Amino acid sequence: MADDRLLFDYLLRLGDSPLVLAQRLGEWVGKGPIVEEDMALTNVGLDLIGQARLWLSYAGEVEARFAPAPRDEDQLAFLRDAGAFRNLLIVEQPNGNFADTIARQFLFDAWHLLALRGLSASRDSRIAEIAAKAAKEASYHVERSGDWIVRLGDGTEESHAKMQAALDGLWMYTGEMFAPDTTELALIDAGIACDLRLLAAPWRAHVDAWFAAATLKVPGEVWMQGGGGRGGKQGIHTEHLGRLLAEMQFLQRAYPGAQW
Amino acid sequence: MVFTPEQEALIAAQERAAAERVAPRPALEAIWHALEAIPDPEIPVVSIVGLGIVRGVEWELADPSVLVVRVTPTYSGCPATELIMSAIREALAGVGVARLRLETRLAPAWTTDWIAPEARQKLRDYGIAPPGSGRPTGVDVAGISPLRRAAVTVPCPRCGSLNTTLVSQFGSTACKAQYRCADCLEPFDYFKPH
Repeated sequence: MADDRLLFDYLLRLGDSPLVLAQRLGEWVGKGPIVEEDMALTNVGLDLIGQARLWLSYAGEVEARFAPAPRDEDQLAFLRDAGAFRNLLIVEQPNGNFADTIARQFLFDAWHLLALRGLSASRDSRIAEIAAKAAKEASYHVERSGDWIVRLGDGTEESHAKMQAALDGLWMYTGEMFAPDTTELALIDAGIACDLRLLAAPWRAHVDAWFAAATLKVPGEVWMQGGGGRGGKQGIHTEHLGRLLAEMQFLQRAYPGAQW
Repeated sequence: MVFTPEQEALIAAQERAAAERVAPRPALEAIWHALEAIPDPEIPVVSIVGLGIVRGVEWELADPSVLVVRVTPTYSGCPATELIMSAIREALAGVGVARLRLETRLAPAWTTDWIAPEARQKLRDYGIAPPGSGRPTGVDVAGISPLRRAAVTVPCPRCGSLNTTLVSQFGSTACKAQYRCADCLEPFDYFKPH
């Protein structure tokens, strides 16, 4: 039996990435480039919120096994500060223009689907159940973001330039997706976590194929932010997360326990 | 009339027992019937039973006065889930279920395969192309990357034309994609296979 503290930390990683990305996608409400896209952005966000709730509820139950005052999904989402968040750095990056949003989504979606497929074989049956459910949703996210990469990359001169710039800017945040730290290594050994090292090759094959179809250039080997065990998964974030949380958590901070 | 404390205690105990006495349980058939009458909040032509959301109904073994209804949500973030839960509570209270436990089951995950054949026809009549009505196209997108499904052509639920195009992978709800028919010129929703 793996340590519950490690499992709790791992569940926060699984839940925080979809939670933070959903909040970012929610910022697009009413501002999408076309109405269909406005709805698609928020529908993807809705899927991610639902998944985050499942992960964070489970995290709260695991926390109850060792902590005197365990938290529920809402307390975990709304009352933790940035340093306690365990999401990937890429999902907290600002929306920027539509190409930036799509690039972030594309790079995350492919990783997310692969990770969820891996997790659906977890020895922890609750993790396996949530992952199997979420993987079905993520497969549609992968389709949508891939289509946009091709449409914008192989579109006009301007859309191509914006898409390439967006991918070049975000590429350095993809390193930590495939770099397990000691928490993950322990849980991989226990058969609970998904082995991130095995995701790198299929992810790269997907990215390469889609970039080629989109006439985009895969960014060169660059230094990876957070890849050395000091990144989002360890609670060391970019400046953007704090501002995102300020908006997301405002209501519960100002009116503790408010409901409607 | 004045009662002694002993008598008062006895009367109170009898009243409690009467209140707690289990009302006659409605038949499971009547319960299913009530559930079948609950429309899906977002696609009101089909019931939550037809959609395959209600997975099981049974009296609890340990306490047979408690009805257990197992529900499997369609999408993790489906905002209709809470509404469906309260509709179930209301409908079952209406047929005399006094004690109810709603159980959310994640596994096996909900799939559009569970949508009943009659419900599929109702979806089509309502203007929503039912899941699985798509046919493979010549282009094999899945061949480019194993993360992709093969592309499909979805027939228009109004005129049956195959001359349709995908507008957006996400429509009015997370479970539907938006299409356009190039023949009858109508937009329509496609209930995505899941």
